[in-house]
Amino acid sequence: MALRTIVTQKLKSFFSLIGVLIGVTFLIAVVSIVQGMNVYMEDQFANRLIGLNTFTLRPFPNFNSGNVTDDMWRAWMRRPRISYDDADYVTDRLQTPAITARFCSDRMVLNYGGKTAKDIELIGTEPTYFAIKNIDIDRGRIFTPQEVRLGLPVLVVGNELGEKLFQGLDPLGKDVTIRGIPYRVVGVAARRGTLFGLSLDKFAVMPFRAPARRHICPLNVLDELEIKVASPDLMLTAMSETEALMRARRGLKPNQENNFFLQNASGALDGWHKISNVLFTALPGLVAISLVVGGIVIMNIMLMAVAERTREIGIRKALGAKRRDILAQFVIESATLSTVGAALGIATGIALAFLVRAVTPLPAAVAPWSIAVAVALGMIVGIVAGVYPATRASKLDPIAALRAE
Amino acid sequence: MSDRVIHVEDLAREYVMGAERVLALRGLTLSIRRNEYVAIMGPSGSGKSTLMNLIGCLDTPSAGSYWLNGQEVSRLSDDALARVRNREIGFVFQTFNLLPRATALHNVELPLVYAGVSSRERRERAERALTRVGLEHRMQHRPNELSGGQRQRVAIARALVNEPSLLLADEPTGNLDSTTSEEIMRVFAELHGQGQTIVVVTHEPSIAEHAERVVVLRDGRLDSDTRNTKVAA
Repeated sequence: MALRTIVTQKLKSFFSLIGVLIGVTFLIAVVSIVQGMNVYMEDQFANRLIGLNTFTLRPFPNFNSGNVTDDMWRAWMRRPRISYDDADYVTDRLQTPAITARFCSDRMVLNYGGKTAKDIELIGTEPTYFAIKNIDIDRGRIFTPQEVRLGLPVLVVGNELGEKLFQGLDPLGKDVTIRGIPYRVVGVAARRGTLFGLSLDKFAVMPFRAPARRHICPLNVLDELEIKVASPDLMLTAMSETEALMRARRGLKPNQENNFFLQNASGALDGWHKISNVLFTALPGLVAISLVVGGIVIMNIMLMAVAERTREIGIRKALGAKRRDILAQFVIESATLSTVGAALGIATGIALAFLVRAVTPLPAAVAPWSIAVAVALGMIVGIVAGVYPATRASKLDPIAALRAE
Repeated sequence: MSDRVIHVEDLAREYVMGAERVLALRGLTLSIRRNEYVAIMGPSGSGKSTLMNLIGCLDTPSAGSYWLNGQEVSRLSDDALARVRNREIGFVFQTFNLLPRATALHNVELPLVYAGVSSRERRERAERALTRVGLEHRMQHRPNELSGGQRQRVAIARALVNEPSLLLADEPTGNLDSTTSEEIMRVFAELHGQGQTIVVVTHEPSIAEHAERVVVLRDGRLDSDTRNTKVAA
């Protein structure tokens, strides 16, 4: 009955639903996108950029949550850098099974023939780096510990860099020039794809002691030491062990703060978690606003319906409808209206989530709980918005109502 | 006493319109027995509409008493009156008052909905009522697909579906041409023949002629109460 009334007044009903529709769409879409973002950040961002089961020893965090004060920053800059000896000290004494790699990097210009590749991440490291970052080799090989020890000018290039610089030629065996010194390409890394639309394949890896080191790191200074353990449950042990080793090495007293930092994937995600928390805190407010607006619109539509159908109410009362029958009729009508709006909103929200999934790398997935919440909210808004008009309808005097036109 | 469907005593109804008090009904005493066919007449302002509203339990009197089927109904609450209307009274209105978006069948089912009858029984009884007024082929039609006479017959079926003790018609032919009016009055006569108590409020003498008793009101009082010899003969 209620549904039929709605169907016969399609257009008007549709407009009255927009408020609820938008609120619910928003709820479903934001929840699914933020959750998709969470998955993406954890799977892609943290694990690919920092590496699975990996942490790094650095002077200070490199993924900041945004609220770093000037004082903090100055204190960080005064911290001692990570030295070669620090790296060796930790690597030699770590009890937890782990592999480590010294790491330095900077943006550099690479040349081959007449062609130039700018803004390429040049990494100076050890062979273990490839295992830590899960970089597979497409063709050729990685460099050897001997090549590192001797500081030979050899290079493993990222997939896209190889294509860009050599344009169809096989990069293997070719000499790339970095700051005037030729480097022999010994390997090409497998394609890694993109992150936030940025290519992960525009890099070049060289032995840590190769000549270009002095362009990316001062002598005896590392950007960081990368440490990878075999399984997630070893992470905490390895991290606390590293912390203890470093504190001992630097002679820190118990009341002194660490003057180094251990960065892991979950630490890097702190900033993101703060953003997603803000979104989840703001979400109820935004949804509430549109639902309140939607509720007011529905209340008005119902008041209009009561005015238009005064005679019908009179007829129903003459035929024996009690107050609560009329009340129930209009509340159910209002709740149905609102729930239909919520259903349309759910459909739009899901469509939006799928759209995001299709056109962006975010694995946006609709959360079942958000659908349940949306349906419940739709019904509640409808019931609350319907009570006042329905009460007015139920209190109409049957004689006056029958006379109305 | 048990034979009386309606008994009103010193019934008065007063309206306050702004500062003025209008006495629409000034102490009316009247009884209508089971299976009587009564026409209530009177010029406009005579109080016949007020009396109809009171008899139909749509309104309550300012003074006096009203027994419907032996039950004192003049002091009941709104919801109790709704229940009485549902069980005891079948209304037929001048303007039919059908729900425009509902089919004939659904319109007839409506009183049963409020009586709490199960949907299958509702349908059966509504179909029987529509058959009784000769509309078995029009059950799925909406009011705007029916002629005036057919609409009024739907309204009569709706009035009868709960087997009320009283069929109360307010100018039932006011919106119909004379041929159709005759047709509706024949339906009333037939129902009366089957034992239905009928009260028709009208200002048309030609309609009142069909009743066996004519009550005339004037200025809120009983003016005359006569047996209709024509019908009796």
